[in-house]
Amino acid sequence: MLGVKNLNAYYGRSHILQGVDLEIRDGEIVSLLGRNGVGRSTMCKAVMGLVKPHGTVKYKGENIAGLPSHAIAHKGIGYVPEDRWIFPSLTVLQNLQLGQKDLKKQSRWSLEDIYQLFPILEERSKLRAGLLSGGEQQMLTMCRTLMGDPDLIMIDEPTEGLAPKIVELVKNLISEIAKRGVSVLLVEQKLTIALKIANRLYVMGHGKIVFEGTPQEFQKNASVRKEWLEV
Amino acid sequence: MEFYVISLLNSLVFGMLLFMLSSGLTLIFGMMGVLNFAHASFYMLGAYFAFQISQFAGFWTALVIAPILIGLLGAAVERFGLRTVHKHGHVAELLFTFGLAFMIEELILLIWGRVALNYQVPSSLDFTIFRLFESDFPVYRLFMLAISVFIFVVLYLLLTKTRTGIIIQASLTHPEGVGMLGHNVPRIFMLVFGGGSALAGLAGVIGGNYLMTSPSMAILLGPIVFVVIVIGGMGSLTGALIASLLIATLQTFAVGYDYSLIDLLAVFNIELGPEPWFPDLWRIKVENTGPLLPYLLMVIMLILRPKGIMGERES
Ligand SMILES: Nc1ncnc2c1ncn2[C@@H]1O[C@H](COP(=O)(O)OP(=O)(O)O)[C@@H](O)[C@H]1O
Ligand SMILES: [Mg+2]
Repeated sequence: MLGVKNLNAYYGRSHILQGVDLEIRDGEIVSLLGRNGVGRSTMCKAVMGLVKPHGTVKYKGENIAGLPSHAIAHKGIGYVPEDRWIFPSLTVLQNLQLGQKDLKKQSRWSLEDIYQLFPILEERSKLRAGLLSGGEQQMLTMCRTLMGDPDLIMIDEPTEGLAPKIVELVKNLISEIAKRGVSVLLVEQKLTIALKIANRLYVMGHGKIVFEGTPQEFQKNASVRKEWLEV
Repeated sequence: MEFYVISLLNSLVFGMLLFMLSSGLTLIFGMMGVLNFAHASFYMLGAYFAFQISQFAGFWTALVIAPILIGLLGAAVERFGLRTVHKHGHVAELLFTFGLAFMIEELILLIWGRVALNYQVPSSLDFTIFRLFESDFPVYRLFMLAISVFIFVVLYLLLTKTRTGIIIQASLTHPEGVGMLGHNVPRIFMLVFGGGSALAGLAGVIGGNYLMTSPSMAILLGPIVFVVIVIGGMGSLTGALIASLLIATLQTFAVGYDYSLIDLLAVFNIELGPEPWFPDLWRIKVENTGPLLPYLLMVIMLILRPKGIMGERES
């Protein structure tokens, strides 16, 4: 589904991504782990076209590196940024509607589906999104991206700063997303839910992939955990 | 009483005209972060285009055609100029719009010359609608008001009730976030820039014949429009509306007061000696401070509340 090869990215003169290789197959939940500042968000943004990618980003067999982000979205990739980027002055419903990119196409996710999953979003549908709590904003951002019916969704640190009860909701939603045939790239730092739901894991350190394997392999590899994840 | 009613009406007319200019400028800034120095130049072009078109097709044709032409011109400027310059950052964009403003002025000088044009209010609208107390109220002022209120309503409905409007509103906070949801943000930018230019052009069409059509009209009004969007809060339409009306009221009413600092001191029974320091300063009358007031208000605003009346951002 997604094949990233020798991906490099820069902010000004700093070389952030230094030859990243990563693959996501159809229907997989893949987790990208790493300490703060190693370049995980930059990697998502480079795939999404929000940061200029140097290298190959193959999606469904086509190199999408260099396309503008709206075109990449139309190819079927969705991104849920860690700082969420909700539109605070618009209502919850308007935020969700903005997620739809093609009004004519049938989506896996209808507004009713979303409301069924998160009744709170229906209750607050007429409220300005800026007034939602952090957890509700996280739900809203994820659902907004789902309204666009992506085939691959990249979710950046969705559980950061959320209460355990909300974390559980996020986990269940990601499982539901995968169940509907959407591939998932889950970016995490603290291993809150990755080990429970991911099929495969990548660990990133200083702009490079330093580990790739299954959760079981990862559990056995204490040195990777120690060197690249634990503080 | 008469003074208040007439001044209030005039403030409303001038304020809504200002809003037609400031709404586009503030939207362009809010979305793209571009301070468009050429905005008032599109206003000036609107008046010149309208004059030229009305020469052979009449005012009513000009009223429709001129803003459309200016809108297309604005869209082209965004598409083929700003969009390329954008890659080099905000300073480059600023310099680009600066250059554009001077270019438009020089072109106007070349084509139409230095002297003010004889662009007149159409005869069908050149009569007195009512006499208020002792003064005549020209119907054309009412026409200007009607046009600008109509534009305001259309703009409001467009922005709040249509999908494109919602996308524009969202782009005011996170253009990147809108793009990654699959909306063609560069196209939206072009649309807003073109639309804003068209509104500025329309203000020129209906304002140029009433005020004056000359190569200095952009320089005269441009700074005021900037003041309006700073006071209203960069990027806020509601702020632009409030500030437009505020500035217009301030300027209109100031003209009517011939008090000076001496009069103010007299209220407190203070008299200046026969040879006070800065003798002229004490004699400045409020009516002469009209041009100064907007800038004074802006400076005070920047000190007390830098984000403006309705602004969301801090700087
Ligand atoms: N907009 C930016 N401008 C300059 N440097 C940035 C920017 N965003 C991130 N960085 C830098 O790039 C590196 C990687 O950041 P990021 O991809 O956000 O890491 P992560 O998501 O893994 O925490 C960090 O050192 C960060 O300081
Ligand atoms: Mg990050």
